[in-house]
Amino acid sequence: MKKTKLNKAHYILNGKMVEFAGWDMPIQYSGINTEHNAVRTYGGIFDVSHMGEIFLRGKQALDAVQYITSNNAAKLKPGNIQYSALLTKNGCFVDDILVYMLSENEYLLVVNASNIDKDYKWIKEKAVHFDVDINNESTDYSQIAIQGPVSEKLLSEFTKEDLCAIKYYHFIKGEVKGIDSIISRTGYTGEDGFEIYIKSDEDTASKLFLDLLDKGGKYNVIPAGLGARDTLRLESGMALYGNDIDNSHTVLEANLSWILKLKKGDFIGKNILLKQKNEGINRKLIGFELIDRGIARHGYPIYVDNKEYGTVTSGTYAPYLKKAIGMTYLPVERTEIGTKFQIQIRNNKVLAKVVETPFYKRDK
Amino acid sequence: MNLDDFKFTKEHEWVKVEGDIGIIGISDFAQKEFGDIVYVELPLVGKKVKKGDACANIESVKAVDDIYTPISGEIIEVNEELENNPENINKDPNGKGWIIKIKIEDNKEIENLMNNNQYNDFLNGIS
Repeated sequence: MKKTKLNKAHYILNGKMVEFAGWDMPIQYSGINTEHNAVRTYGGIFDVSHMGEIFLRGKQALDAVQYITSNNAAKLKPGNIQYSALLTKNGCFVDDILVYMLSENEYLLVVNASNIDKDYKWIKEKAVHFDVDINNESTDYSQIAIQGPVSEKLLSEFTKEDLCAIKYYHFIKGEVKGIDSIISRTGYTGEDGFEIYIKSDEDTASKLFLDLLDKGGKYNVIPAGLGARDTLRLESGMALYGNDIDNSHTVLEANLSWILKLKKGDFIGKNILLKQKNEGINRKLIGFELIDRGIARHGYPIYVDNKEYGTVTSGTYAPYLKKAIGMTYLPVERTEIGTKFQIQIRNNKVLAKVVETPFYKRDK
Repeated sequence: MNLDDFKFTKEHEWVKVEGDIGIIGISDFAQKEFGDIVYVELPLVGKKVKKGDACANIESVKAVDDIYTPISGEIIEVNEELENNPENINKDPNGKGWIIKIKIEDNKEIENLMNNNQYNDFLNGIS
């Protein structure tokens, strides 16, 4: 099993370790509920080093990024970040990604852990005609996510950089505890927070993680695992590759039209998506909440007009909202807020209704 | 808590006998392994179950688990308080966290279960 450079720290912290996408990762430390609510209220620190970092460098770096992603990377300035997607020619997902513009001819794509090899191969293959060097530097980088309302206060104890000046979906290069870092105001929790990318050895990375927790203690900051990461992202209405978005649903069906810029130049998937946009979609990803008691989970069958339609793509008990929520695809004519449908939980069909997403939105 | 009156299964359920009634729950070890319990699905009162049948479901944020009855008989009461306070299983697994009560059909089924000392030995063996 692969180990992040913070692996030792998880054992020191007595994390409950599981295999995730081939990595030995903490699913939880003190408990998913506790960690989830700590992030909503104070702060939590996550090891997300399993995420992938793929760099595109060269004269045609922008052209390559434009061709392989759905969003308009030409809008980016150095220091900007964009949520985007790698799409198949059918307009479905290879992966959802973050695009960082590092400098004029240098972009960083941050990809899902489970997709690193696939994405790297895909990008190299699809960008072969561009004058660009493509490098998978995932194993060099550790990534620590500091998430929650106290994030800025805590991180400011470790850096002289003006964190206040880093806006949401922006980053700077700077030092954190003397370590060269990319300090990115991003996250996957629905809270304010930072993701710190560092290229350092195990001891340095682990020590930074433990030091952040040590100093974070006075703000009630605790370590948080992949369990809370999943419930936090779902409560915030964010899709997960492999659950809610995949290579059989288009970016329009996934209700992510805001990352689809059909007016930019040519890119993979454009033709089909232009057509789908004009003709309309048949199904759409929605958020739901259970009306009846129970918890709907990934893979449970859903019924529309008493006919089996699909399955729950993500479902959980939401620890902050304290109710059962989830996401699924429904026929587009049945996606209006309040529309009811059924989910089979074990031997019972229970009632659910379409609700607005995000389920949870922080006060700004 | 004195657990001398409790009998345990290898699946970490317990039974406590009161007259001809068996009270069933999950052990402290089981609740700790499971983590924060957020939902309990209870069976209908009056349902007849056989030893080994799944008779309730408990769910944590991430996981679902069946509870298997260690004894056969009719379910005469369920702990409805768990519907609103599922965390009682975490807080007090051998007390307020009881799950169902069954009218005992066969006392031998209980005799074959582990007592507290045997169960602790069993736990030491698996941990």
